[in-house]
Amino acid sequence: MPTDGVNNGRRRFLIATTSVVGATGVGIAAIPFLESWKPSAKAQAVGAPVQVNIEGLEAGQLLKVQWRGQTIGILRRSEETLGLLPGLDDRLRDPSSQESEQPAFAQNEARSLQAEYLVVNMHCTHLGCVPQVIPTVGPEPFDEDWKGGFFCPCHKSKFDMAGRVYKGVPAPTNLRIPPYSFLDDKTLMIGVSPEGVA
Amino acid sequence: MAKPASTLAKKAGALMSWVDERLPVTQFYNDHLAKYYAPKNFNFWYYMGSLALLILVMQIVTGIFLTMHYKPSAAEAFASVEYIMRDVEWGWLIRYMHSTGASFFFIVIYLHMFRALLYGSYRKPRELLWIFGMLIYLALMAEAFMGYVLPWGQMSYWGAQVIINLFGAIPGIGEPLTEWIRGDFFVSDATLNRFFALHVVALPMALLVLVVLHLAALHQTGSNNPDGIEIKKVKGEDGIPLDGIPFHPYYTVKDIFGVSMFLLVFAFIIFFWPEAGGLFLEHDNFVPADPLVTPALIKPVWYFTPFYAILKAVPDKLMGVMLMGASVLVLFFLPWLDRSPVKSIRYRSMLYKIMLALFVVAFIRLGILAVSEGTPAQNLEMRIWTFVYFAYFILLFFLSPREKTKPVPERVTH
Repeated sequence: MPTDGVNNGRRRFLIATTSVVGATGVGIAAIPFLESWKPSAKAQAVGAPVQVNIEGLEAGQLLKVQWRGQTIGILRRSEETLGLLPGLDDRLRDPSSQESEQPAFAQNEARSLQAEYLVVNMHCTHLGCVPQVIPTVGPEPFDEDWKGGFFCPCHKSKFDMAGRVYKGVPAPTNLRIPPYSFLDDKTLMIGVSPEGVA
Repeated sequence: MAKPASTLAKKAGALMSWVDERLPVTQFYNDHLAKYYAPKNFNFWYYMGSLALLILVMQIVTGIFLTMHYKPSAAEAFASVEYIMRDVEWGWLIRYMHSTGASFFFIVIYLHMFRALLYGSYRKPRELLWIFGMLIYLALMAEAFMGYVLPWGQMSYWGAQVIINLFGAIPGIGEPLTEWIRGDFFVSDATLNRFFALHVVALPMALLVLVVLHLAALHQTGSNNPDGIEIKKVKGEDGIPLDGIPFHPYYTVKDIFGVSMFLLVFAFIIFFWPEAGGLFLEHDNFVPADPLVTPALIKPVWYFTPFYAILKAVPDKLMGVMLMGASVLVLFFLPWLDRSPVKSIRYRSMLYKIMLALFVVAFIRLGILAVSEGTPAQNLEMRIWTFVYFAYFILLFFLSPREKTKPVPERVTH
């Protein structure tokens, strides 16, 4: 490259500005491609509330439905089951659901609108597996003093019969409670709080 | 009758020089094969590199043929794999070559990496060679994970669910990031479709580029060897390393023998044991994906299990994910963590040999414990081996400069 009569300052300036403009252009051109990975309009539109008939659900029985692609469990709990809940507090990470995700109406011991029915987002708050419901009380391979609850097969997280997380497991918070309401005694509406659509 | 032959040779020579003036074929052949000098004392461990290359080619070829029949949609994927297995002529063979090839890719790569640990092949001046190798390993993990999602069985589905949610542990951006990766609010058709694109186009291209860079870096520094000494230091009058032999024909012939032995084992697995008792193809993956039910014992394929155990060993979501990430990333820093005066295990201290042995045991035990039931005793053992895994790197950094080593010979021994 001939160097006589070269204005080095101007050459550096031109190189720098060309690089900056070029890099900015590439950066902006990348946006549409990155944005194309977001949930599409079609995926966002699938979110309607789900109506569930809970007639005939027995104590200890679980009904699973899908809402917004999530597995929602409806678990009917007996009086004995509910009676065990207060005694577990010191084995739980967040017994009064301070750091967990639930509508205001479910921030109570039973984490529900009507204590008898637990309506819960079944996905483990660790990495999203669906735990098994093991409602029986007694020793289990993963817990010698099992009081009934949810056990996640993926990373061994444990939750009680109100979806409250045990201490010493990978899941950080209690199972999430979705917004829901009762249309009548036997019909649940998932996705709509008693106060209206979430 | 000698005359026509020599005229033919002359013509071939003329043709070759015509080509060489336009494309440096002969120069390339000499630089990288006929006059590329590798140490003469390569042993068993040095088969793995060429075998990995063979498997890469095999995966690409079988993969191309599988895409001709596979349908990347949540509704059709599972059935299309069964269609390949039952209805496509020789489809079962092509698919089993691909699925078995994935597992063997990792077997060969793990042995290849262990070789580097044995002989200090990652040490100066081969740091970049090691880093390109690690990048290949990372790309391979992504490639294998996404490939495993494609059959859309139960393990595909829940594996994807767990791995994608790992990114959800990142504070602040976790949740939107997982949505961005999935393209939906749950693992769905959109996820499968994009994983297919990455698995068959983007990642294989990245892998090929990385392999070229890995080989370019290798041919710049030359291979290490079981003695861990530089053959370029002792050259003959002709400038050729005294302990070097041309890659072709010496190592091409050796590698052909390795390939034959490998294919013998590989074919046996494909024909008689393609699922490897649930190790290569997990039983639950023969059940179509069901978003409502997580299988009772969910586990990754065997080659991810040691890292998965580290995730499970930590009773905290963010810490678990970070430690698992660290367990892979720490390998990148090996060239600077190991400060021993010698490279090869042949001249290293007994202490180092014990450390390396414990590291290997930790890696294997973690892999086994990851797929166990998770009793308190097993959880405790998992934590101990996780500790041992990381202790290797920490001790290496602090103890290696003061290591009691044996004298290293001037020339390679055996």
